[in-house]
This record gives sequence, C-alpha cells and structure tokens, in this order.
Amino acid sequence: FYLTPTQVNSILKANEYSFKVPEFDGKNVSSVLGFDSNQLPANAPIEDRRSAATCLQTRGMLLGVFDGHAGCACAQAVSERLFYYIAVSLLPHETLLEIENAVESGRALLPILQWHKHPNDYFSKEASKLYFNSLRTYWQELIDLNSGETTDVREALINAFKRLDNDISLEAQVGDPNSFLNYLVLRVAFSGATACVAHVDGVDLHVANTGDSRAMLGVQEEDGSWSAVNLSYDHNAQNEREVKRVKMEHPKSEEKSLVKQDRLLGLLMPFRAFGDVKFKWSIELQKRVVETGPDQLNDNEYTKFIPPNYYTPPYLTAEPEVIHHKLRPQDKFLVLATDGLWETMHRQDVARIVGEYLTGVHHQQPIAVGGYKVTLGQMHGLLAERRAKISSVFEDQNAATHLIRHAVGNNEFGTVDHERLSKMLSLPEELARMYRDDITIIVVQFNSHVIGAYQNEE
Amino acid sequence: TAGMFLRLLSDIQWRAAHPKWRRMTSSQRSTSTTAEPHPVALPAQAQIVICGGGIMGTSVAYHLSKMGWKDIVLLEQGRLAAGTTRFCAGIVSTARPVSIERKMAHYSNKLYQQLEQETGVQTGYMKTGSISLAQTQDRLISLKRIASSLNVMGIPCEIISPKKVVQLHPLINIHDLVGAMYVPEDALVSSANVSLALATAASQNGVQIHERTSVSHVTVQKGRVTGVETDRGRIQCEYFVNCAGQWAYELGHSGEEPVHIPLHACEHFYLLTHPLKEPLSSSLPTIVDPDGRIYIRNWQGGILSGGFEKNPKPLFTEGRNQLEIQNLQEDWDHFGPLLSALLRRMPGLEALQIMQLVNCPESFTPDMRCIMGESPTARGYFVLAGMNSAGISYGGGAGKFLAEWIVNGYPSENVWPLDLKRFGTLQSSRTFLRHRVMEVMPLMYDLKVPRWDFQTGRQLRTSPLYDRLDAQGARWMEKHGFERVKYFVPPGKDLLDLDHSKTFYKPDWFDIVGSEVKCCKEAVCVIDMSSFTKFEISSTGDQALESLQYLFSNDLDVPVGHVVHTGMLNEKGGYENDCSIARLSKRSFFMISPTDQQVHCWAWLKNRLPDDSNLTMEDVTWKYTALNLIGPRAVDVLSELSYAPMTAEHFPSLFCKEMSVGYANGIRVMSITHTGEPGFVLYIPIEYALHVYNEVMNMGQKYGIRNAGYYALRSLRIEKFFAFWGQDLDAFTTPMECGREFQVKLEKGIQFLGQEALLEQKQNGVYKRFTMFILEDHDTDMDLWPWWGEPIFRNGRYVGKTTSSAYSYTLERHVCLGFVHHFDEKTGEELVVTPDFINQGEYEIDIAGQRFQAKAKLYPFSSLFTQRRRKDEVELSGYQRE
Repeated sequence: FYLTPTQVNSILKANEYSFKVPEFDGKNVSSVLGFDSNQLPANAPIEDRRSAATCLQTRGMLLGVFDGHAGCACAQAVSERLFYYIAVSLLPHETLLEIENAVESGRALLPILQWHKHPNDYFSKEASKLYFNSLRTYWQELIDLNSGETTDVREALINAFKRLDNDISLEAQVGDPNSFLNYLVLRVAFSGATACVAHVDGVDLHVANTGDSRAMLGVQEEDGSWSAVNLSYDHNAQNEREVKRVKMEHPKSEEKSLVKQDRLLGLLMPFRAFGDVKFKWSIELQKRVVETGPDQLNDNEYTKFIPPNYYTPPYLTAEPEVIHHKLRPQDKFLVLATDGLWETMHRQDVARIVGEYLTGVHHQQPIAVGGYKVTLGQMHGLLAERRAKISSVFEDQNAATHLIRHAVGNNEFGTVDHERLSKMLSLPEELARMYRDDITIIVVQFNSHVIGAYQNEE
Repeated sequence: TAGMFLRLLSDIQWRAAHPKWRRMTSSQRSTSTTAEPHPVALPAQAQIVICGGGIMGTSVAYHLSKMGWKDIVLLEQGRLAAGTTRFCAGIVSTARPVSIERKMAHYSNKLYQQLEQETGVQTGYMKTGSISLAQTQDRLISLKRIASSLNVMGIPCEIISPKKVVQLHPLINIHDLVGAMYVPEDALVSSANVSLALATAASQNGVQIHERTSVSHVTVQKGRVTGVETDRGRIQCEYFVNCAGQWAYELGHSGEEPVHIPLHACEHFYLLTHPLKEPLSSSLPTIVDPDGRIYIRNWQGGILSGGFEKNPKPLFTEGRNQLEIQNLQEDWDHFGPLLSALLRRMPGLEALQIMQLVNCPESFTPDMRCIMGESPTARGYFVLAGMNSAGISYGGGAGKFLAEWIVNGYPSENVWPLDLKRFGTLQSSRTFLRHRVMEVMPLMYDLKVPRWDFQTGRQLRTSPLYDRLDAQGARWMEKHGFERVKYFVPPGKDLLDLDHSKTFYKPDWFDIVGSEVKCCKEAVCVIDMSSFTKFEISSTGDQALESLQYLFSNDLDVPVGHVVHTGMLNEKGGYENDCSIARLSKRSFFMISPTDQQVHCWAWLKNRLPDDSNLTMEDVTWKYTALNLIGPRAVDVLSELSYAPMTAEHFPSLFCKEMSVGYANGIRVMSITHTGEPGFVLYIPIEYALHVYNEVMNMGQKYGIRNAGYYALRSLRIEKFFAFWGQDLDAFTTPMECGREFQVKLEKGIQFLGQEALLEQKQNGVYKRFTMFILEDHDTDMDLWPWWGEPIFRNGRYVGKTTSSAYSYTLERHVCLGFVHHFDEKTGEELVVTPDFINQGEYEIDIAGQRFQAKAKLYPFSSLFTQRRRKDEVELSGYQRE
C-alpha cells in the first residue's frame, strides 16, 4: 500500500522546527540568520536528540545533535544538560559570582540560555533539581579556580563535555534516594550518546564533536556551485587517527581485541561517547553498582554483561575534538546531522541539495541555449523536469525536512522518488531500523552580509 | 545574436541610404573600421531639446519638424533606436481597450505604412492583421467590446469563429477556443527601422541628432526650463522633452526641481526561432492569446513569441545598475509557462529550433496607461514615456499628440487619461512603483472588467475614519492614492471573492448598493468624501476675486457664504476642471474639485494667477475630512447636533457657514450634496473628524442613518443626469454642450477665459450634446451591463459614445450618459446638433455588439428631485463628480 503525498508530508514534517533570529531596527546583526531542524525516527522511540539555544550572558548560539544508543536516556540527558555546562564554562568570573550569590540568597537567577525547542523536545522535570545541583557544584569549582584569564571557547567546550560525562558517571555511582531518579541516573550512565555541537559567535565557529555525528559547512563557490567542508572528524573505525589513539592508550597486548569488526571491543561503533560506563568503569565498580542498584537494572542482561577482553578501562572518553573555523561570506550554511543522514548521502550531495534549496530557484544553474541546437519541444521537456525538481523544494518550508526527503526518497538519479519515499516511510517499526537509522538534522543559515561586514572591520 | 543581427541589418541599410546624415553624427558604427570620426559640436542653444533616440524621441522630433519647428536637437546617450525600441517585437495593433490608445495606434499604423515611401528607409512594414483569441466567454465579451469601438472608428474588425481562425492561420490549435477577433489591418514593422526612418525624415527637416551624448540634468529657473547639461556641454533651450524610456524616472529626478515620472522597468521575454522547414509566410497574421498570456508573430520564416507572465521580474528599482544590466540574460525557467502556452496553441512547433530568448526590459506605469504632457512644476518640461510595452503601436500617435501639445498648447484630442498630471509625487515612491508594476504587467493580458481595483500600493492616503469605516464592512477603491468606500457589506453577508466578482453582468454588490440608495432617498446616509481636492485662495485686497473671475466662467462676486458651481475653462471653453467655490469672506475662497485634480488644477492656477505676494493659494486637502449627509432627514440630524435651525429658510441650498457640530466648533457646513438629494457636506478639521462622525451616527440612529459609498452616489447622480469631470466632461467639452449654460455668466462684466468660444457657440450652436439614455429592452439580470465607451446609434447610424452609466434603482432601468454628434450622411462632416435632432431620433446603445433600444432625454426627470430650496437655483446646478 502507498502513502499519499499528503501522508508522506505529515510524517516528514511532524518534527520540523524553524527559528529565525529576530531583527532589530529591520536589521539582523547576528551572523546567524536562523536554523531549520528535523528528525525522522527509525527506532521506536527515537534515540536521537537535538538542542539549540542562544547564550544570554555571553554572545553566541549553540546547536547540537545527539545520537543515543542502548536507549535514549543518555542522549536525552546530554541534550538537556550539555549547553548549560558549556554556557557556564564560557561565563566570566563576575557573572559566575553573581549567579552563585543569587542562588545563595534565593534571588531570581540570571537566565543563561534561551532555548529554541520543538514541542516534542522535552526536559525531564524530575531530574532538574539533581542536574541543577551538579551544575552548581561545577560553577562553584570554577569560581574557586578563578584563573583570571578570559575564557577560551575551545577549552570551555572540552571542559564542559568532560565535566558533564564525569557528572553522569558520579551521579550513577552515588545514586539517589528517590527510586525513580536512582533508576534514571543509572539508565543515563549505562546508555550512551554521541554529541556534535556548534558554537557560533560572530565569525567564530567552533564545532565540538564526540562520536560519529558530523558537522559540515556548505560553501558557495564563485561560479555559484556548492561544495562541502568537513568541520568534524568521525570517531569510529574508519578514522585511522582514532584507531591509532585508542591503541596508544592501551597495552600492545590488547591491540588485536581493541577493534573488532570495526567496533570498539567488537561492540561499540562510536569510539568516543557520553555515558557507556560499561566501557569506562572498572569491572568491580560495574558489578557493585549493578548489584546494589534497583531490580530493573539487575534483570537487564545488557547492563550485567561485561565486554570481552576488558582489561584496562576506561576504553571510552567523552572528550571532544574541537575545530575552529573563521566564517567567510561564501560560507552559507552549516549542517549538523547524526550518522543516519551521512550513511545515505554523500556530503557533496548534501551541500548541493541544501544550497539549492536555500537559494531557491534563482540560483539553479540557468539554462543557456548558446550555439546548441535545441527545439522548442526539447526545451519544454527540460523545463518541466526542472520545475518538478523545484516543486519538491517548494513542498518543504524547512531545509532539514527537504534533506530528509532526499535522504530517504532519492532514487539512483538523485531525485526524490515518491514511490520509494512512501515505501520507506510505511515500513513497520520493527523493520524500519533495518533500512535506515534515526536521522536528526540541523541546518544553520549564515548571514553573509554580517559576516562580510565583520571581515571588512578586521 | 538575433538582436545583434537586427541591429546590423538596420545599420547597413542606414549607411547605404544615408551617407550624408552619417557624417553629421558623432557616433562610430559598430561595423565601421574607419578612424574615430570627429564628433560634431553641440549647439550652444536650441529652441527644444529632446532626450532619447528611441521610437518616442524620434517620433516627437519628426512631428515637431513637420509642424514647422526648425531649431530642434535630439540627444541619444547611446545610438539611435538601441534601447527598448531595438528589442521591441514590432507589432502595431489597434486592438486596445482605451479609446485614446486606439486612436494613437490607428494613426501610427497609417504613418508607418507610408514611411518607407516618404523616407526611403525600409521599415519592414507588413499588413498581416492580428487575431485575438478567446478561451472563455468572458474574454469573448471583452473582445466584442473592443470590436464595437474599432468598427465605429472605421477600423475593419470582426468577431470570427474558431474555424475561421484556422483558415487564417493553419498552425493554431483551436480546440479550446470559443471565438476570436480579427483586425485585418494590424501590421508588423521593424521598430528600430521605423525609428531610424523617423529620424531620417526629421534630420532632413533640420533636426540635429547627436548620438553618444547623455543628458545629466535639466536646469529650471523660475519654474521654466532654461537648458540642458550634457556630458558634452550645455545647451540653452526653452523646451525639453524627456523621452528617456525606462530611464525617464531617473532623468526626471536628476535636476534640482524633480519631475516625477512614475514608471518602473520589468524584464520582458520573447523567443526567436529558426525558420520552419517550410518557412512561415511573412503575411501570416499575428496571434494574441491573452488567456495563454502570449503573443506570436511570424519572424523571418520562424516565429517570435513573448508574453506577460503572472510573476514579473521588476528591475532597476534602485536606478540604473550595472550589475542588473549584465544580468539581463535569458531565463528559461521564467519563460517556461509561456513556452507551454505557445506549444499548446501551436503544437506543430515542437520540432522548431530555438534561436534565442531575448530579455528586453519594458517600462510600466501605475495605471497601465502611458505618460505624456508637461510637468506641473517646470514649464516647458515635457514627457513622453512609460509605454507599457506598446511603444511601437503608440509611437506615431503619441509623438504627434505631444508635438501638437508643445506647438499649440494642447493636443487635438483629449489626452487627460495619459496626462502626466494625473499623477503626483505620491506615485513616485520606488517601493510603490515596484509593487504596482508587478501587478500591472500581468494585467496586460488579464480580463479587463468594469471597475477593477488595483490591489497593490493601497492604503496610502486615508481618511481619519478609515479604520472605523473598515470595521463596518467598507469595501474600498482607490483614487489618486486615496482610499474611498465603494459600499458597505452588511454583517453576515459574504460577497464573492475577488476573482469570481469579475463580471460583465450584474455584479454581486447590486442589492447592497440598492439599499444604500434607498436610504439616501428615504432617510439619511453618510459618505466620507475626504479625498476631494480642496484649495483656499485669499488675498489682501480684491486680487483673489479678480483673478478667479477671469479663470472661472460663473460669477463669483456673490454674497459671502454663497457656494457657486463653476467650470474652470480653457481658451476653447472646454472644462479643465469643474468645481464648487464657496466665498468664505470678501477676500477668500474655498474651492472643491475632483480628487484627481490635485496636481492639474494646482498647476493650471499657479501658471495663471498673477505673481503677487498678496495673493496666496494653499492646498488644504489634507486639513479637512469631508462628510456628506445625504437624504431628507439630514436636516434633522444636523439641526439636533448644532442647535441651529437648518431648514431651507435659514440655510438655503448652495450656502456655506461655519458652525459647531457636537462639541466641535469651526465645522464648515455647505448645503450641497453632489447627488441632487437634499443634504449637506461638512468640512471638518481632521482632529474633530472622529468626534463629529460619532455624533452624527449616534444622533442619526433615530432617523435611520447608515453609511454609504461611492457606488450609491454614482447611481444617484447618473439618474439625475449630473455630469462628472474626468468621466463625462473633459477639456474638449464646453458648458454649452452639456446643458450648463446657466453656470456661465457671459455678461458678468469681466472677461473670462473661454468667454469668446462660448459666445460663438451660443451664436452658432454646438456640435455635440450631452444626452441621457434610458435603456428600454435591457434585462438587468440577464443582459450585459453598459459601462462607458459604448457606441450610440441614432436611426441606425453611429452618433457618439456613452461616457458613464449606472443602474437607476428609482427608475428600475439602466441610464447611460453620453454625447450625440451629427455627422453628415455623405461627407461625415460634423454638423450642429439641435435639441430637435436629439429628440427626433430612434436610439440604440451597442453593448459588446448587442444593441439595446434607448430613450434619449435632454433634461432629467423632475420627479426625481424632492425639494426646491432656493428660487434662483436651477435644478441642474448640482455639478457632479465621483
């Protein structure tokens, strides 16, 4: 049976979200025009998460995609918490003091982040107090450490990633008197998540990546064509540097067992991740926590299972690799996406499809008859084809949706095939995961005018 | 490229035929390999300088030189006929919806036909005829209306069946056609060569032509043109003509005193193909398929086809822009829908090979009509531009009219619909123009139904009551940028949406307007008439009275507080304006004229009032909100609100008095209504507008007051035979011809403008007479409605055209107003029209080819007038405007 185009659209558009940076005095002074994001689940429930927020006490905007595995708990927690850790890491000493004093005296807190969330992007209310206390401990330590130096974004990102992963681990070891929370922190720690986060402030773009999600810059060349620039390295078996790193960190005796079937210890695809304490804790710690933990944890075969050849933990880290890029006027957009997208599409195609979508028809390579022999009929056919292509653009008001449509529905000619799209979207839950992964995409559009102006100032 | 090819062709012909002229020019031809010629120096002075060497500039030069002017210089920034003219599709067609446009096109056609013989320059003139196709019945009606008008002009034209279309043009697919209009005398030309031929003739008559000379600005002193600054020096001149095409706006704005020429360029595309296997005959008629938005003509054995798409691409909004000029490329994606329409119309062309898609910017104006005439601010500064892509059709006629205007002071036809002064500064905003031309360009081929309103560029000028009226269901139209209410849709009643309300038959507002009319007749209605132009003229001594007595035909030396209806006439006795003037004091006058008179009337008076610092004229349009209370109970409402007796004894008709209404003092109340119903107009300082309106509505409740709009007003005025300036009256109509002799005081003791002409008419009789027609066998529900411009037949012979019409809810009949002429049966010479001539005929009105019997009347039905108020007032005295 087939889905009608309307049904297809309602599935594709269910999770789409767009944000436009508001204008002041008719002008947008931010280097970001706005972003489009969307998710298409393959797992039920979806294990991907996404976040976007504007830093209110410092400048800049944060955007991230998170790909969970072994459940969605870790990805959910990271999507809620990571940006707070980053924002706090970026705050100057005085602001930290101000915040701490406010908490101390029960005054209203300065808002740190303004979130841009789809209604389906939830925060867990139950854990908020716990999470807040961990965060507070972090900024108190930052206050004590006061280095007096201005905060470097790269360092802030690395610290925030590592600190959050550390807190996740600690919270699971300490546990919580509330049994629901106790179970929650354990689920967070025993599941895992990759994270790919961008911080944009003026022309400074930082991408911090942990795992195999990917950030890609869309660049428009002088001739109007589109090219892709990677702003992250995948942390998986295909990355030789990463394989080398893992091998360096463990004794030579383990060399053969470290990476098997392109997986860490033969089990895990990403080589860096949040959570996944099974790859980080000692065997003793794992056993103790599982035994003293709630029954649900004890009954779970996965949590009890110790990876084979597990001699010198930790095998896994949440430390990100950070790439800094100075934005140029030709840098038109940034795509952050989980591996669900990159498995199906080459980055060059992603750059072209998004680029053509964002610039609309006008920048579609114009047809010129030149000296060729073209008949009216041929031209008519050619134009009809181009219109069909464009109409699929116009169907979508969201670049991320448009990209998902192509990722799922593209035929061998690179055009969306409705029949294929319909088939892929009507797969039963249990089969869907065989054909595709969860896909989460954020497309950030840059403001070339503002970026050009920045450049001229420099 | 083909464009280049056309150009080369004309160059070669030009060089061969006119070596002498070439030596005079400063340009170097692209084909020339000789050394750079020495440019001929510009003259230091000339009587007239024309800027622009396209079809308009060369046509003006041609006609001026024909009329005997010698000292003419034409400047072209590039080369002759190299702008829009070069790319023009070259179709000369008289199938135009506006009468004056048909006249211009008709003249152009005749001119071009003999141009080759006159000048020796090949113009490529070919009488091919044109066929306009109708895919719908509505389209066919609109074609029939045009056909009726063409026939009475003596231009052959017939409505033909789809089968006949195929006989005339074998390639056409006729399956979706309901009919067509065939105009056999329409023609094709090479527009660049027509322009060059006109230049040749002008040059032979002494016009100096300088290419590669650009005008930087025009200098004006004391309101008169004094000279032109160019990149090659200055030329002193008395007259300047701006024929700069799409650059006319910029050129107008380049001087210290800007001349506002509201036009904006849009990209326009047409396709050229290689010849067919069996090349198309050059005599094959041109096809216009407005429902498909395309035109198709034969071109060198192949075809040339372009159109007016729904989504135009405006350009040069910010002025001449090198980037945009470079980007003027073929845009096939944009042309796609038009190509589909072409292949649908001529499926056999599929295998035809493309030569080129030409992108040729055209300039468009805010109301789809071209712009000609003299600047209201700089005397001697003339304009001819904004052709809405019909430049070659209008070129000859427009050039002739403008030359006549410059030489004689006014053209030989009424060109008010094209007059630059119908616009003011308010239409000069680039944003407005950009938005409006995007609506105008598709409209070229949209169905033109009666009373269509533009949707863009709206809500610019509004009354302070706008929001209040809008909330009460007002539907708006726009005049000179001012929003005016058409009618009020009662709550809970839905009208058809815009597209469906386009009809040539009974409109959806019929009953709504009917009930507003009824209320005006039985109770009282309020109409917001704030858009009218209002001037105050005052002086320290008698200067105001003396000047106005000369400029207006009626006697203005009336007691203070009296209102006089009077024409503002030209030397020939024709109406330049029709207004009401109230004498506020011995030395000051308050003048009310139609909305679109704001610029024209101001310029007319400014140019004629003595230059005397003790005499001042002020435009106070924006200072007053005007509320018209119409109906038998208006008097009750007003007297309750003012605690003043308003009955005829205390406040006779045509009276003006400042009084208080509610809390507001200083309201200028006049006992005039513009409809013949009893009532008043209140001129309210704007800050009191809302208060007075609220008071009137509250107090009026017990008298059954309601809001009404202009459609009710029109129905009321037309059934009472009131003429309206701009619709019925124009500069070629005198008071004698429209039954308004009583508004002229020939013996007021002071000579006035137009007096001699009127005296002569009084002695010798008039050659046309304003007549009212009651349609007899017309079914309001089933038959096509009259509009204006319908031919009038007397005893089966054409005698004139209607100028306005409306359904009279009182008479329950359609009423048409129009002018009856008397053409000699043999010679066609115009004879005097006597009342007997009118009364003794059998009349028919032709609506889209169908004739309806009509009863002619020279006087209105007296039964329609409810009250007589002032003894000396003649009932007809109520002048009317919309």
